[in-house]
Amino acid sequence: MSCKRVYGMATRDAYGKTLVELGKENPDIVVLDADLSKSTKSILFAKEFKERFFNMGIAEANMVSTAAGLATCGKIPFASSFASFLMCKGFDQLRMSVANPHINAKFIGSHGGISIGEDGASQMGVEDIALACSLPGFVVMIPADEIATRALVRLAAEHIGPVYIRTGRPKAPIIYQPGIQFEIGKANILREGIDVTVIANGLLVQEAIEAACLCSERGIDVRVIDMHTVKPIDVSAIVQSAQTTGAIVTAEEHLLSGGLGAAVAQVAGEHCPVPMGFIGLKDTYAESGLPEELFKKYGLTAEHIVVEIERVIKKK
Amino acid sequence: MDIEGLKEIARTIRRDIITMTAEANSGHPGGSLSAADVITALYFKVMRHDPKNPNWPERDRFILSKGHAVPALYSALARSGYFPPEQLLSLRRFGSPLQGHPEMRRLSGIEASTGSLGQGLSIGAGMALGGKLDNKGYRVYVMIGDGESEEGQIWEVAMSSAYYKLDNLTAIVDYNSQQLDGWVREIMELEPVVDKWKAFGWHVVDINGHDFYQILKALDEAKATKGRPTVVIARTVKGKGVSFMENNVEFHGMAPTKEQKELALKELRS
Repeated sequence: MSCKRVYGMATRDAYGKTLVELGKENPDIVVLDADLSKSTKSILFAKEFKERFFNMGIAEANMVSTAAGLATCGKIPFASSFASFLMCKGFDQLRMSVANPHINAKFIGSHGGISIGEDGASQMGVEDIALACSLPGFVVMIPADEIATRALVRLAAEHIGPVYIRTGRPKAPIIYQPGIQFEIGKANILREGIDVTVIANGLLVQEAIEAACLCSERGIDVRVIDMHTVKPIDVSAIVQSAQTTGAIVTAEEHLLSGGLGAAVAQVAGEHCPVPMGFIGLKDTYAESGLPEELFKKYGLTAEHIVVEIERVIKKK
Repeated sequence: MDIEGLKEIARTIRRDIITMTAEANSGHPGGSLSAADVITALYFKVMRHDPKNPNWPERDRFILSKGHAVPALYSALARSGYFPPEQLLSLRRFGSPLQGHPEMRRLSGIEASTGSLGQGLSIGAGMALGGKLDNKGYRVYVMIGDGESEEGQIWEVAMSSAYYKLDNLTAIVDYNSQQLDGWVREIMELEPVVDKWKAFGWHVVDINGHDFYQILKALDEAKATKGRPTVVIARTVKGKGVSFMENNVEFHGMAPTKEQKELALKELRS
């Protein structure tokens, strides 16, 4: 974690590498993909464990239900595709084949958010978290960097029950150093502060850290939290932050409907209402462009977070 | 068990379907009655299963993808010893494990939660893949509807199951020619159904789905077919066994009244 960003590997690359490790450790790990294994990086597993990898073709619905069937036989399936296609095309299958019977299967949506860039809106998963969170019993996580991805994918494999993890296309800024412990549903406090809390996840964690650095120069002391698990959300971290800092800004690479901000607001509203601000996509799809250009246009940069921080602090 | 014995059990299952849906005052008797003979053959002759040990890893699996026909399945489970037949009368009641559509976490013997059409065959394909990975000898049977075959996912799994050579997977199409809104051919023609499945790489057996001799022969043929999955096109009659329900689409999703129940039970006694 640093005010100056240092890029590490993309979270999707970390996913692929972790899958290979898991495959070596546990013969019950099986992997499915829907013709995007070169992009989701499940191809790394496919190369090592050909007999345990199933390319289902461009047929997400069938992939999800097939994974559910494999899980009933004691396998631990990891099924991946782009976040948009996996969640949107596989949604009813995730609902009835997986969530309703609480099946032990893991779903990984890569290319989450608008940072995929040039490919444009049809490929961007901007509603995947809302959809995943609406599935009873699902754990929903967004790792911020390589170390977080490795930890959360491993925790997903150990957890008994359905899990959705979003990974990203571009190289991710390094947030964590080796040795850090992760726990499903337990937020990581990255920076202490007393004036306001920024709760972010995914690529917005680095933006939040940089926003905190900018604020520090202006005399505003910002607490930064990585809410890598959106569901089950860390209630005590939110309540404690609301109580000690008196204002919250959330930041996510997702539509504002049903994402991190909505989940945090629900908790704050119930337990400790404080002024809140929300960084995310405001009821719009994005477009082709470089990730930096898109973050700027759609309001996802550190500078946008600073503006929101200043706005909510005035309301305290 | 011989064919006369199977016929007797099928009559019992049909009586259960009538009694259960009449008691619940809701449900889908038409598609349950059409499915009754195939389900009887599976549970009382073909499948290796143990009602006292429903999670036996080596068991053959049956998935009712057309989940609305679940009264037929509940009856088969009860009559083969998974739970007491008296419990059948709790169908669709608050607190009953006999949900309106099958739910695997609520009742032992139910292999998959279905009712959102199109998914059961894919779940079965996953079980068949799992069996192949572990070199297990169990077989997976999935019953789908003819109306259900309009779902795109059916054709996704038709492709993938042939590609992965799932010869331990058998699909059975309960081809009763009717769906909720009317005749299948008037809503979305499924023919030529044999050609379609053949083109997708499946072994196809086209039978009368109420003739036990043909049902058993087809399922034997499925078992003997190697290198590709088999689909049995079971030509059936919606409402089979009750004269005023046969080919009467009104009974797709309507329970018999008290009077209709008595009439139906009378016919099913003879």
